This record gives sequence, structure tokens and C-alpha cells, in this order.
Amino acid sequence: MSTVTLTQLDALESEGIHVMREVAGEFERPVLLFSGGKDSIVMLHLARKAFWPAPVPFALMHVDTGHNFPEVIEYRDRVVAEHGLRLVVASVQDAIDDGRVAERADGSRNPLQTVPLLDGITANKFDAVFGGGRRDEEKARAKERVFSLRDEFGQWDPRRQRPELWDLYNGRHKPGEHVRVFPLSNWTELDVWRYIEREQIELPAIYYSHQREVFLRDGMWLAPGGWGGPRANETLEVRTVRYRTVGDMSCTGAVESTASTIPEVITEVGASRLTERGATRADDRASEAAMEDRKREGYF
Amino acid sequence: MGAAPTIQLGPTEETQHVTEHATRDLLRLATAGSVDDGKSTLIGRLLYDTKSVLADQLSAVEAATLARGGGEVDLALLTDGLRAEREQGITIDVAYRYFSTATRAFVLADTPGHVQYTRNMVTGASTAELAIVLVDARKGVLEQTRRHATITALLRVPHVVLAVNKMDLVDFDEATFRAIADEFTGYALSLGIPDVTAVPLSALAGDNVVDRSTRTPWYDGPTLLEHLESVPVGRDALSEPFRFPVQVVIRPRTAEHPDYRGYAGRVASGVVSVGDEVTVLPSGKRSTVVGIDTFDGPLTEAHAPQSVTLRLADDVDVARGDVLVPTAATVDIGSDLEGTVCWLAEKRSVLGARLLVRVGTRTVRALLREVNARLDVDTLTVEAWDGVDTLHAVDATDTSSDIPPRALTLNAIGRVKIRLAEPIVLDEYSTHRRTGGFLLVDPADGTTLAAGMIGATLLDRLAPTSTAQDDDDWFAGAGI
Ligand SMILES: Nc1nc2c(ncn2[C@@H]2O[C@H](COP(=O)(O)OP(=O)(O)OP(=O)(O)O)[C@@H](O)[C@H]2O)c(=O)[nH]1
Ligand SMILES: [Mg+2]
Repeated sequence: MSTVTLTQLDALESEGIHVMREVAGEFERPVLLFSGGKDSIVMLHLARKAFWPAPVPFALMHVDTGHNFPEVIEYRDRVVAEHGLRLVVASVQDAIDDGRVAERADGSRNPLQTVPLLDGITANKFDAVFGGGRRDEEKARAKERVFSLRDEFGQWDPRRQRPELWDLYNGRHKPGEHVRVFPLSNWTELDVWRYIEREQIELPAIYYSHQREVFLRDGMWLAPGGWGGPRANETLEVRTVRYRTVGDMSCTGAVESTASTIPEVITEVGASRLTERGATRADDRASEAAMEDRKREGYF
Repeated sequence: MGAAPTIQLGPTEETQHVTEHATRDLLRLATAGSVDDGKSTLIGRLLYDTKSVLADQLSAVEAATLARGGGEVDLALLTDGLRAEREQGITIDVAYRYFSTATRAFVLADTPGHVQYTRNMVTGASTAELAIVLVDARKGVLEQTRRHATITALLRVPHVVLAVNKMDLVDFDEATFRAIADEFTGYALSLGIPDVTAVPLSALAGDNVVDRSTRTPWYDGPTLLEHLESVPVGRDALSEPFRFPVQVVIRPRTAEHPDYRGYAGRVASGVVSVGDEVTVLPSGKRSTVVGIDTFDGPLTEAHAPQSVTLRLADDVDVARGDVLVPTAATVDIGSDLEGTVCWLAEKRSVLGARLLVRVGTRTVRALLREVNARLDVDTLTVEAWDGVDTLHAVDATDTSSDIPPRALTLNAIGRVKIRLAEPIVLDEYSTHRRTGGFLLVDPADGTTLAAGMIGATLLDRLAPTSTAQDDDDWFAGAGI
């Protein structure tokens, strides 16, 4: 008998690959939500490993708020081209132009992503949607199954989740319903960074320390842009920052940081006293159950 | 060690030492026990005392505590994250939390104690290698404690810890602890749980969770965390024979790999090496492993739970749902499944119902032929009856109470016979935890009706009519 035990990162990687292959085996039209953030990049890396030497057998979908960091869009397009992937863009701007959603007074388009996301899923008949959500991110996410059934309105009902036994993921669903799948469920932010280090995965440059013009709003350093900042009473200043998460520019804050290499980021994250969302996401500060409410409506 | 958590934040020592983590392993554990016994508080305490709670999480929990009338910071709110849970002060669904120490990373599943949500406890326990069964020292072992212990035994969670909690409310009395530990250990033994580690603790005040208590001088065992750090992990999957359920066939058909054909999957149990003779089940075709491929390069050997792609010497027919096993081994296959199920759905079982059975990566059509025994978890007695009970082949929608249906209702544990449309590998769950589990699924809407385990070891041993109980010492001393 062998006495080998997998290390934690190997165990997490193997579990993620297993989940991706289950989806490929059980569903007709899976899609991988790709934001250009570190979690979706790690997910894509797992997908490449899971099906090698065959190409990744599903498309990517980017829900584009129109308030993007240029570095991230550049990264996205380069990765798509490099690996011969198909990219579907679900655009918030289009949804606004069509009148499916209305621009908010505060200019944030983060909450507006749900409608184009669900419309994109319906229009493309996607039946399994990979998300990079991790249970350690937020307390409502901590309750999420690996395979999470969404009804025809895309809604999540936390009280009616299916039991999930062993590694027997039940992906059966009725027409019009879909399943959200979270291969990184059991990873923490540090696991993701250690994995990025081990695998030498390239990330958009904004994850590392750089000089940027920013302004302070609600205690967060936001970057100026066409989305509506800064206001007259907010002043721009140059700071040494990096991003811990990548999302809509209007609600993703930069953290002051000099960490410019992966090991420096790992040390910084390990020493941080704030969770990544607590440090960088205005949308989660709205109320105690902000994430749960958005998830119920069909958000990522 | 005061009752109120002192604000102590920041990184654990180990997070600064990146190099250490390279050899760290992973332990998955789940809580169990009756409602309000302190499961969520204990998980909160473990996170808190290992300094795994960050400032914004703690201030959110402080604010939520204040909004509920104040008092000490309610550490249960670290896992009770849903609105409905906070309103009712109970856990409804499993929450997963993570922390690590220098030697080990932990995935914690905090499960609900409420009987209505037992299926969520089953969810949390099914992947656990260790279960912490909590008992309130004032209340002792309750029916729900026994139900959870039974489920833990059925699922064969390898390690069981008894946490006798709320010791602060019984003046840290040794006799109270011993009495509960003895009662539970006896019950566990009759379930076939060989060894139980019992720890007296207070989740609220932190005694013996991470830090050793000065209030239990009579206790010289490990603190909960010391024990969690020392139990062996990942052994059971390695000691079981090789099984490889095929997930997908990899056929790139690219210019670079025109003829590549590999079988992707995760080694469910055991070990496989290049050169091993394997048999594809259920077809029975034989071949030899000629390659173990990964994105990072070929391997000569793969072990559970590695995800790999196997190549075979011959062009045999292999598809998703097939299982590769060692050719030399005797493996049961068949179309008649006898098993133990834990019923997880609101609709009751219906004899003759058309179902789907999901086992490994295979889904087959099936017919529920018999429900022939039910386990009373309180008394550990098995109510058994013979054959097909046509009289009580009731309609699932019939909830009238005058028919005592020999059916399985929500949370019931019973023995079933199922006829399958195609043969499958019949690995007994008692010896194959990784491949002997199955799901019963309703083909109409995809609902997971039951968690099943091939074989009925536990029920057979507990049933008074069974002849099987003589040959097993675990049960001989249990007086059942
Ligand atoms: N005095 C005392 N109270 C405790 C202790 N542990 C938990 N409690 C209290 O017991 C109550 C229930 O605690 P929870 O942690 O929510 O119980 P639970 O087992 O998670 O409950 P469910 O998840 O709903 O089954 C809370 O009021 C806790 O503060 C303890 O060690 N001592
Ligand atoms: Mg609880």
C-alpha cells in the first residue's frame, strides 16, 4: 500500500479538474464565466489541464459592464486568441440601450450585470455555467453547493438546495433551468495565489503594485474613468496601489501596496486583516445580506 | 480565558511562511449533533482562536450581534450567514469555512442540527474524513445526536470526535463528562464506530478548543485542535483497491494529436501504474495501461484522489460511466442492487417507481422493487418485513395517516432492493467508501431522492432476525 498523501494544492487542483470533467460529461452546452480576474484565470488554467491534449471544450463568457480596466480587456483578448477559445460577450451597455436595465443614479453597473448574464445564458442555451466563486469570499457564498441549480428565472433559493453527496454531482435540470458550477469552491484567496505561484500563471498587471491616479470614496481608492468619477468634491492623487479583485471599475477599490511579485503578494495577503471583498468591494458593504440578495436574483 | 473574545487579529504565524505550506495536507471535517448544541459556535471559536477571522468579518459579526440585542459576540454568526438563519438563530444549510495551521489545511462543514434539515447534514458529512459530534453537557445524548451518529456510521466517516460542549454550564464536572462519553461511546460501538475521542469543552468560552483549559484539570487528553492536527488523513482511499470511473474520453483529433485517445477521470481509490492489467466494467474487456498522462507530463503511477488521463494498449470500447479495475481482482457486477438508503426528499418512496441510479460516473434507469426494512435510530432496532409489500404500494402524494406505509419518508433510513436496466459495479460501501455510494434521482424533475450505500451491513447487523451478526465482533458486544 502506498502512503502518499496529496498536498493541499494538489488535492484542490484534482477536485477542480474532476468537477470540470463532470460538467463536460453531463452537459450539452457549458460555458465558463471569464472576467479576467484571478479566479476565472485559475479556472481556465484548470480547464486546460482537465482536457489536455484536447482543447478546452467550451466557450468563455464575459459579462462586460463597459467600465473595464483596459489591462484586463487586453489580457482577455490575448488569452482567447492564444488558446483558440470562443468568447461570448454579454454587454451591460447593450442591455441599457435596449431598455432591459436602467443606469443607476450612483453610476455603478455591478448590480446591472445579472440581466445580461441571464439573457446571455438563455440566448446561447447554456446549461452549465462555471463561476469562479469561492466559499471563503463571503458568508452567503459559504452556503453554496458545487453544482447549484438555478430555476428558469436564474434564481438561487438557499433553502431549497439539493443535497450534494460525495462527489456524485447531480446536474439534472428541466429545460430552461441551468446549473452554476463552482470548481474553486474550496479554495481560499491564499490558495489561489499559491497556485498562481506554483503554476507561474500570468495575471493582468493591475494585480501587482503600480502607480495610479485614484481618488477616495467611501474609504476606497477608486480609479477615474468614463463611469462617473471623480465628482467635483473628490480629488485625484497618485498612489502606489494594486488590485486584490477585478470587477466593475465603479465599485472595485485598489489597495495601497508595494507588492510587485507573486511572493510579495502572498506575504501581503497572508498578513492582511481584511477579506478581499471587505477591502475592495463597495457592493458588499451595502447591507448585511447584499450578496445573498444579489445571488438570489441570479448574480454570479 | 474569558468568556468574551478579546480582540486579537491578524495573520497566523504560518501564513508568513510560504514555504511550509508545500507539504501541508487537507482534512475535511463536519460538525454534527442536535439543534443548539453549539456546532456553529464551535466552528466560530476554532476560526477565532486560530486567528483566522479577519477584521471586517469580525466587525460584521459584532454589528449583527448588536442588532440582535447585543451581548457577547456571537461567534455562530461567522457561519450562520443566511438572512433566515440569523433571524431564527439556527443553522439551515451547510456552511463551509477554511483555516490552516502550520501542518494542515482544514475544510470545515458546519451542518444544521434541526431535524428538518438533516439532508444538509448528510451533505456535509458525506465528504468528511472526521465528524465532530457535539452534545450539550446539560442535555446529554438526544435523539438527534443518535440520528447524526447513525448517519456518520452509515457514511463511514473514518474519525469521530465527541465534543461534550457547554461544560461551563455544568461547572466543568468530570462525572457529567464521563457519563456522556460512556453513553455515546457505547452507542457508537453498536453502530460499528470503533474509536471515539471525547473532549470536554466550552465553545463559547474556548476551553479545550485551541487552548488547553485550566478548568478541566482532570482531563489529560488533547485539545480539539491538537486532535484535528494529528489524525491521519487520506488513508482509506489509498487502502481500497484501484477503481477508476471514466469521466470523459479525450480525443483531440488535432494536427498535433490526430490519434490520441485517453480516458480522463479521478482515481477513486487505490493506485495504478503503467503496465497494470485492467478490466473495463461492466463490459469485461481487458487491456493494459500504457500511459498515465497529465498536462504537466506523464506519470508512472497515480493514486487516489489524483485526476489523470489513462491510455490503454488496445482499442477497446470505453465510455463515460465505465469503471477500470485491476484485472486480477474479483469485482461484483450486476443489475440487482441491494442497499441502504437515507431518504432525503419530501416525497416518500413509492414501490415500483421508475428512478435513476447514479453511481460513480454512471446513471442507469432503475425500478424500486422493495423497501424491506427501516431503522429506528433512537432504539437502533430494525423493523424488517419480507418481500414486496403490494398492500402498501402507496401513492407519493397520499399523506393520509391511516395507512401505515412501509415506505421511506424524509430522513428515514431503510433497506431497499432496486432493479437496474444495465449492470453496474457493485462495490459494497462498507469496504469501498469512494465507489459504493449512489444517488436515487427522480427522472421527472431531477430531485435527489436518497443517498444510498451498496450493501446493508449496518442494518443486517442490527436486525434481530439477521444471521449475519455473529461473524462480526464490533456488534457482538453491543447487546442488540
Ligand atoms: N454557555 C454556553 N453556551 C454555548 C456554548 N456553545 C454554544 N452556546 C450557546 O448555545 C446556543 C446555540 O449555539 P449554536 O452554535 O447556534 O448551536 P448549533 O449547534 O450550531 O445550532 P443549529 O446549527 O441550529 O443546530 C447559542 O446561544 C450559543 O451561544 C458553550 O460552550 N457554553
Ligand atoms: Mg449551527
